[in-house]
Amino acid sequence: MQKLQEKPVTVSREGDVLIELDRVGKRFGEAEVLRDVSLRVNRGEFVSILGPSGSGKSTLFNMITGLLPADQGEMKVSGEIGYMQQKDLLLPWKTVMDNITLPLRLKGTNKKLARERADALIDRVGLRGYEDQYPGQLSGGMKQRASFLRTFLASGEIMLLDEPFGALDSMTKSGMQTWLLEVQESFGATILFITHDIEEAILLSDRIYVLSSRPGVVKEELTVGFGLGDKRERLLDPQLLRMKEAIKRLL
Amino acid sequence: MTRRIRPDQRLYPFLALLAVIVLWQLIVTLADVPMYILPSPTDTVNALIDDFGAIAGHVGTTLYESALGFLLSIALAFVLGILMDSFEIVRKSLYPILIVSQTVPTIVITPILIIWFGFGMLPKVLVIVMVCFFPICISLVDGFEKVDRDYVNLFRAYKSSKLQTFLHLKLPYAMVNFFSGLKIAATYLIMAAIIAEWQGGTKGIGVYMVRAKNAYALDKVFASILVIVLVSVVLIAVINRIGNQATHWRSR
Repeated sequence: MQKLQEKPVTVSREGDVLIELDRVGKRFGEAEVLRDVSLRVNRGEFVSILGPSGSGKSTLFNMITGLLPADQGEMKVSGEIGYMQQKDLLLPWKTVMDNITLPLRLKGTNKKLARERADALIDRVGLRGYEDQYPGQLSGGMKQRASFLRTFLASGEIMLLDEPFGALDSMTKSGMQTWLLEVQESFGATILFITHDIEEAILLSDRIYVLSSRPGVVKEELTVGFGLGDKRERLLDPQLLRMKEAIKRLL
Repeated sequence: MTRRIRPDQRLYPFLALLAVIVLWQLIVTLADVPMYILPSPTDTVNALIDDFGAIAGHVGTTLYESALGFLLSIALAFVLGILMDSFEIVRKSLYPILIVSQTVPTIVITPILIIWFGFGMLPKVLVIVMVCFFPICISLVDGFEKVDRDYVNLFRAYKSSKLQTFLHLKLPYAMVNFFSGLKIAATYLIMAAIIAEWQGGTKGIGVYMVRAKNAYALDKVFASILVIVLVSVVLIAVINRIGNQATHWRSR
């Protein structure tokens, strides 16, 4: 908490906090995975958790989604959470449309309405014309976009993205990053993003929490203060390199 | 698609089989082997044509028993499979017993079943279920169990009910396994029916074969074998087809 008070959040657009963690800790048997992790995510923000592998990033995610209980500390999550991983987790026996509408259908939304909602957004994820294909027929990037739309429809309030582009090749990856920025803008989604790619974190985020490895401790909370108008221009900004170096030293 | 480009792949076993048949015919003809020792391929085909009516009738009975036993096996496998998947205690209690039960020789159980249930259809159907139920059930249970944890977590995050998770995730996931179990069961199916018929009955291709054997009409025995093989191959092909349809998303 102290860290948060030292660095007041500047990007908070509406001020309401959707996720708040206060000194959360987790251990699996002997191994301490997370210690005193405090963080918060405000509405409409893009927050990244950056850390090396083994820093308990995914454990943190599982705790926020409620799949794992926390051992210590307090956790407040207001709003529904959509969860997306590196693996697209599309069901190979369902068409793209049926995959995207699955969470709505599970909630009891009728088929027609679910399809209408998905149909309204399918252009934005660039999957128009692929509705009746099966995931096996799509490219890696398309699968991740389908997975993203499914996550968004499951819950547009808070989206937890766990290294969603980790399995993509670098060209597809950079395309997907640009796409994610556009989509976040137009959907107005709140995103908590996990990555171990420093550049990716700087490019996409409003704020970054840098996690150390085993046990995962928040080493630093950084606000990305440049390229606020168009994040895509950050790639050309020399400040990106400086920030990257600073983060590298932290890790 | 790739298969159509290279049709010769399927030709190999046909040619090999043809070679064996020709060799067999030559040996029988040249060495003048009597029919009650070894009928030639032409004898076999002739017997099949001559006695087709009788054979077809008996095969009909066998197929009826088989269909009944097969469907019953599938139903039972589903019921038990779902129970074992839903309740850990059921699985822990039954799974090892099921596996050990397969070491009991069916051929010894059959006469006992006949003593209990007579010469009618029931003991045959029971034998078929004993043989076919196991591979279907085990493959189904393994299929349910193998579902990726990440998918299970995803469904949990979507607050999916147990039934929804079963219908949308576990059942389709297990279909691949289910059909491979079904194929194994299908290869045993007709054989199981015949083992049961062989040991006592009034109708069925197994009964017909016993009668033919006792009359030293080996050509008719061979004709029956030919029919059994053909029926089994068709059966497996049908199951293959249905399986490919049901899991069409795999091949894409």
